[in-house]
Amino acid sequence: MPQQNMIQALNAAQDILLERDPNVVIFGEDTGYFGGVFRATDGLQAKHGLQRVFDSPITEAGIIAMAIGMGANGLRPIAEIQFSDYIFPGFDQIISELSRLRYRSAGQYTAPVTVRSPWGGGIRGGQTHSMSPEAFFTHIPGIKVVVPSTPHDAKGLLISAVEDDDPVIFFEPKRLYNGPFDGDHEAAAKSWAQHSGGDVPDGHYTVPLGKAKVVRAGKDASIITYGTMVHVALAAVAKSGIDAEIIDLRTLAPVDLDTITWSVEKTGKCVIVHEAPKTSGFGAELSAAIQENCFYHLEAPITRVTGWDTPYPHAHEWEYFPSQARIINALQHVMKV
Amino acid sequence: MERNAKMAQNNLHVPSNVARPGDAPDFSSVPLEPAGAAARPKIDVAARETHDLSYGLIRVLDDDGKAVGPWDPKLSAETLRTALRHMVQTRIYDNRMLRMHRQGKMSFYMTSNGEEAIAIGQGMALRDEDTLFPSYRQQGLLFVRGRSMVDMASHCMSNARDNLMGRQLPVHYTWREGNLFSISGNLCTQFPQAVGWAMACAYKGEEAIAASWIGEGSSAEGDFHVAMTLASVYRAPVILNLVNNQWAISTFQGIAGGNETTFAAKGIGYGIPGLRVDGNDVLAMHAATTWAAERARKGFGATFIEALTYRGGAHSTSDDPARYRPKEDWGSWPLGDPIERLKTHLIVIGEWSDERHAQMEGEITDQVLNDLKEAEGYGTLNAAPRPDPVTLFDDVLKDMPPNLKRQREEFGA
Repeated sequence: MPQQNMIQALNAAQDILLERDPNVVIFGEDTGYFGGVFRATDGLQAKHGLQRVFDSPITEAGIIAMAIGMGANGLRPIAEIQFSDYIFPGFDQIISELSRLRYRSAGQYTAPVTVRSPWGGGIRGGQTHSMSPEAFFTHIPGIKVVVPSTPHDAKGLLISAVEDDDPVIFFEPKRLYNGPFDGDHEAAAKSWAQHSGGDVPDGHYTVPLGKAKVVRAGKDASIITYGTMVHVALAAVAKSGIDAEIIDLRTLAPVDLDTITWSVEKTGKCVIVHEAPKTSGFGAELSAAIQENCFYHLEAPITRVTGWDTPYPHAHEWEYFPSQARIINALQHVMKV
Repeated sequence: MERNAKMAQNNLHVPSNVARPGDAPDFSSVPLEPAGAAARPKIDVAARETHDLSYGLIRVLDDDGKAVGPWDPKLSAETLRTALRHMVQTRIYDNRMLRMHRQGKMSFYMTSNGEEAIAIGQGMALRDEDTLFPSYRQQGLLFVRGRSMVDMASHCMSNARDNLMGRQLPVHYTWREGNLFSISGNLCTQFPQAVGWAMACAYKGEEAIAASWIGEGSSAEGDFHVAMTLASVYRAPVILNLVNNQWAISTFQGIAGGNETTFAAKGIGYGIPGLRVDGNDVLAMHAATTWAAERARKGFGATFIEALTYRGGAHSTSDDPARYRPKEDWGSWPLGDPIERLKTHLIVIGEWSDERHAQMEGEITDQVLNDLKEAEGYGTLNAAPRPDPVTLFDDVLKDMPPNLKRQREEFGA
């Protein structure tokens, strides 16, 4: 099977979508001629034409609003926000407009918009290129939120997102673009070529929205995570000697509660891991849902390993970024109780 | 003492040159260029050539009720009578709805008193396939497009016939069949969306265009700059309209920037022709919109139109303008009442009379009363029938997600 990194997989997905549906258009800052600062649209303007893959001004509000108008008028826009840290000028258009259009018009107008945005830390990006703002979006009815963790899933999920008739916020863990980063920032970078998640089939395929994936089966504890932390958790479990199950949520909204409860009821112990700050992070919602649904199966307090409640630091990135060691500590903690 | 001395030297400029309760109305700053004076350029005019049009005032109806000058759209008497009928209907409907709000039949209402010529004149200059992105004070568009008052009032009363299933505040209409986009309560958000819609029209090679309306107050929002930039960059076939009715709730237009420039002139900086139009002159509004629509359809891009008018009533039923402006303000507005001006014109050209007008008002009043009564038969905010409450879980997403299915079950469905 062909090996691709996540950028190549995302590029291939968009190429296929452009090819199959003349209503697909792509725009964002630097997405046209240049092909995006992370190269996710590299070559697509040359191949599909100026009017289908083009540059927008620096206006996140405008990128989203334009996508709403185009989407409502029959197109299927893929709007790129260059970094998820930059999404906030477009926040009102997402929260007050895009997410509510179907509801407030009772289905008369809808906008099948996909917002792609590089997300998360681990690239020395400081506070303006490292955020994980997913919880702002999972809080809002009317949009779906997706975070892939492998090139295979990124391609299949992006195709599903664009073909979905509802708006999707598609967050791409930028530290995973070039390889499966496991949190060991001093080790040599690994490539997707040596990872099964880098096996990306040619052509059109989908990974369904709303379905989590068990990336490691285990019986002692359940780790619920997504994005870059999937790989950090895998490495941590391998070192811990604890037979933990790891669930990659892949879609945060609507979340696959069935898979979560199935796993936690089996293991009785749960560790939630994400990069975003702890307070009111998505882990808080997961923790509450697990408590509501699995209380009588729990044998230990639900434990969260997250970024600290600080802005994302620059020099102290690796003191902030949830480490394998913190995950191992959390696993040992829930096992001891 | 030292602090007081410093306060005396406070040099901060806060605009406040507006008449307040107890003052005599003062509209000395409103330009009254003679009707017919403004030139009508070719539709491929460069934005910078619209300087005079954006600082002046395009007017067609003169003080004697005659239509004069190059902007006279030369509409047939039949069309003018249709415009008059729509305007009168809008006002009668609005004022009856206001009474129904007072009777507790809806939660909220907003009239468009004094601004009827804008929605009616502009709406009649557009084609049915053009999509409208109004704010909440262009209900006249719906009358132009032929929506039934039973349906409009049913929406406002959130009853069992409300096509929005009770999900939106009154007056925040959506009517896909008539190509009227979903009205938001968040201000100016529709402006860049209309640009996106128009870009899709261009992408598909259609002749249809988009038109959007905001108030002068919300032109201070970032989305205004966003819309103007995008419309210019992509030469979108869109008409961007700013209704300058002088008041954003209690805040006068100087606080939105109107003292330092005209709103219309802002178009020029974006490379978009700006037209400042007498918003109480239905012929001028029709003519400017016809010009802008032709520009858009022929690929010359967007036009920015400022409609100069006066908000005759309160901002909404939650507002009391007596607390911030002179009571007699509207009656002193130098551009008059749009209905009276069109009526006078039709009489001057021998196509109308006071008797026919009174008869028409009577017919429309009867129809409004009949239709509103029929609408009440489908329920009101406080009287059944109302939309089935379980439908509040519908249309969040195309397919109901598992969390909502669980909540609907918890709700008891």
